[in-house]
Amino acid sequence: MSDMTASLGAARASTHRRRRSSAVVLLLALAATGVLWTAFAPRGTAQSTPDANEAVRQGRALYLQGCSSCHGLNAQGTGQAPSLIGVGAAAVDFQVSTGRMPLAAPGAQAKRKDPVYSQTQIDQLAAYVDSLGGGPKQAVVTRNALDDADLAQGGELYRANCAQCHQAVGAGAPLTYGKYAPDLSKATPSQIIEAMRTGPESMPVFGPGQIDDASAVAIAKYVRFVTEAPSAGGSTLGKYGPVPEGLLAWLAGIGGLLAVCMWIGARQKV
Amino acid sequence: MTTAPPPSLVKRPGPVRKLNRAVDERFGSQAALRRNLNKVFPDHWSFMIGEIALYSFVILVLTGIYLTLFFDPSNVEIPYNGSYIPLRGVEMSRAYASTLDISFDTRAGLVFRQIHHWAALLFVASIVVHLMRVFFTGAFRKPREVNWLIGVGLLVLGILEGFAGYSLPDDLLSGTGLRIAASIAQSIPVIGTWASFLVFNGEWPGDSFIPRLYVIHILLVPGILLALIGAHLGILWHQKHTDFPGPGKTEHNVIGHRVFPVFAVKSTGFFMLVFAMLALLGGLAQINPIWSFGPYDPGNVSSASQPDWYIGFLDGSTRLFPPWEFRGLGHTVPAVFWPTVVLPGILFTLLAVYPFLEAKFTGDSRPHNLLQRPRDTPARTGFGAMAISFYLVLWISGGNDVIAKTFDISLNAMTWAGRIGCIVVPPIAFTVTKRLCLHLQARDREIAEHGIETGIIHQLPDGEFVEKHRPKLPPVPDHRRVPTDRVALPAGENGDAKGGLVRRAGKAVTGFFVEEEDAQGTPPRESTGESPDQPAGRH
Repeated sequence: MSDMTASLGAARASTHRRRRSSAVVLLLALAATGVLWTAFAPRGTAQSTPDANEAVRQGRALYLQGCSSCHGLNAQGTGQAPSLIGVGAAAVDFQVSTGRMPLAAPGAQAKRKDPVYSQTQIDQLAAYVDSLGGGPKQAVVTRNALDDADLAQGGELYRANCAQCHQAVGAGAPLTYGKYAPDLSKATPSQIIEAMRTGPESMPVFGPGQIDDASAVAIAKYVRFVTEAPSAGGSTLGKYGPVPEGLLAWLAGIGGLLAVCMWIGARQKV
Repeated sequence: MTTAPPPSLVKRPGPVRKLNRAVDERFGSQAALRRNLNKVFPDHWSFMIGEIALYSFVILVLTGIYLTLFFDPSNVEIPYNGSYIPLRGVEMSRAYASTLDISFDTRAGLVFRQIHHWAALLFVASIVVHLMRVFFTGAFRKPREVNWLIGVGLLVLGILEGFAGYSLPDDLLSGTGLRIAASIAQSIPVIGTWASFLVFNGEWPGDSFIPRLYVIHILLVPGILLALIGAHLGILWHQKHTDFPGPGKTEHNVIGHRVFPVFAVKSTGFFMLVFAMLALLGGLAQINPIWSFGPYDPGNVSSASQPDWYIGFLDGSTRLFPPWEFRGLGHTVPAVFWPTVVLPGILFTLLAVYPFLEAKFTGDSRPHNLLQRPRDTPARTGFGAMAISFYLVLWISGGNDVIAKTFDISLNAMTWAGRIGCIVVPPIAFTVTKRLCLHLQARDREIAEHGIETGIIHQLPDGEFVEKHRPKLPPVPDHRRVPTDRVALPAGENGDAKGGLVRRAGKAVTGFFVEEEDAQGTPPRESTGESPDQPAGRH
């Protein structure tokens, strides 16, 4: 029994010692952690993670309010609108910044109109849709990139890839059953590139494998040039070429000269 | 020349008189000059439409000569180095590069190019309007069938000439048009491939079509056009101009103004106004901005690629025709053959033989120098309206993509509207026009029998209301003509040289559609009669 008592007392004493030493280790570890924390704590980026989540959250709130009735509560798509999983931030930025989404009215094709959301809100929506499954990123076209782009190369690529639908100077043209390739005069360079990367409506996708980023910027530069630069030779008559030209030749040319004929014919007095 | 010179000039002849005498002493030209300067032309406004075509042609030749000084008709490819920045360094034919240079680096080059192109559109358009005037008034009847045929030839050559010019700059639009022309040539059964090889010197596009088109555009077709215009005017001069029936006008005389001075002054003024209209269009309205389309590349095409208006109806017929392709006997007849070869073949053949068809069906083989009003020949007017409505449906369909885009209509709906319209609309146009003519004839008869409505209502003793009719005035020869409806107006309203520009022009238009009758109180015109039945040697 005494053995037991002695051994018990020794065990108690060693336990005591161990407790004391582990408390010291703990203290040292805490101190070290504190020191290390203060040394290595990420200061600047500390806010990004919660903010990105915040953008997604805000975007989701906007989505649920403005988009989910057609695209579904989880953007999975419904009978009346496609799934948005994997379409990417570029598609959201293109559709919403051109005012095509939210849709004004169902029809053959979404029309361009003034955007409903601010750019911040569009970025939040884009962040939410991006969080669902990646896809093409929003296009950022800098002033320098535009200045460096090759205008003539952009023109050649435009004529080879875009003019058959969007017309030689971006005036647009109809497709089948009320669909159309829109007029490009209001499209910004980033919208042009996002449309190429995402292929909205009837437009095919022109991915980076077909047209690299520098060439895409060159095309955007060419489109801006032909839609903005003043064209030589007077009124452009809607840029549709021979159809309005023929109309003007008949209405003004023939109409005006027939009036002249009548005027001269009416002067009977010599 | 016909006016008496002041006495001081009688003794000492001026330079013009001296020159005339010198020429006469050597060539004996005095008699011919006097005869031709005394030639009389009637002065109805609708007789001036053909002059628009003539003056447009003159402008086309003048501006065309300027353009040939700078245009380089060559298929040779060079990198562009001119002042249009978006095309710098791009490979293109010398033809396209030189057209860009004309547009941007040549003094007045662009405005000359634009006037040239507008004049081409107006040239063909005025031929068409002139043709309609001749058709609807029966001016093509014997003895003028040959001039009608020459006129149809001028129209076809004008279209060909315009298309050749449209194809010369070698931009994307013109190349697209030429590619379609090559396909049309290839669509002809049996000979199509060989015809296309012959025209383009081998497989499309080849390297010799620009020099060939250039020869056709600046030498061959203009030469034939010039010769035919000469024949057209020569025959007109010889056969004398037709005129509408009126007091003192018979099948055997012409009443109007002498060539000198009135007709010459009027025509010179009209030439200036045609030139002014073309200068306005060329200076203010852009036409065929070739720099927008880029150089031709067989792999590229722009949407809304249209031909100039006079080819538009063939573009429309091609858009409307169903994709029916026939195969048999080792040959394929593609769908494009029917709307682009067969259809215009039928249309232009019908147009050319119409005077002979009408003479055959009406049994009328007499010569005519007096015109008919459209209402007096309801069937012919109806046929004309039918042809025009058919042409219009095809023409609108040629631009149906631009119309669909502009007015937000489905392109498919436009195509089907054109398909149904080109079958349904012409018969309706025929029926409505014919009924309208008959109705106008009935109205004329009513006025002749019951007089003109005065708008004065009388109440009879038994309470009945009746409108007073004024009897139609009997024709008074050798007095100035005034439209019937003017006769009915109160005094002071019927002087036909009075009133503002708009009123006088309005009367001129009314005179075309409303029966013309005599009024009193104006002196006879400075006019003379010539007998077309007399042998030419009399003049």
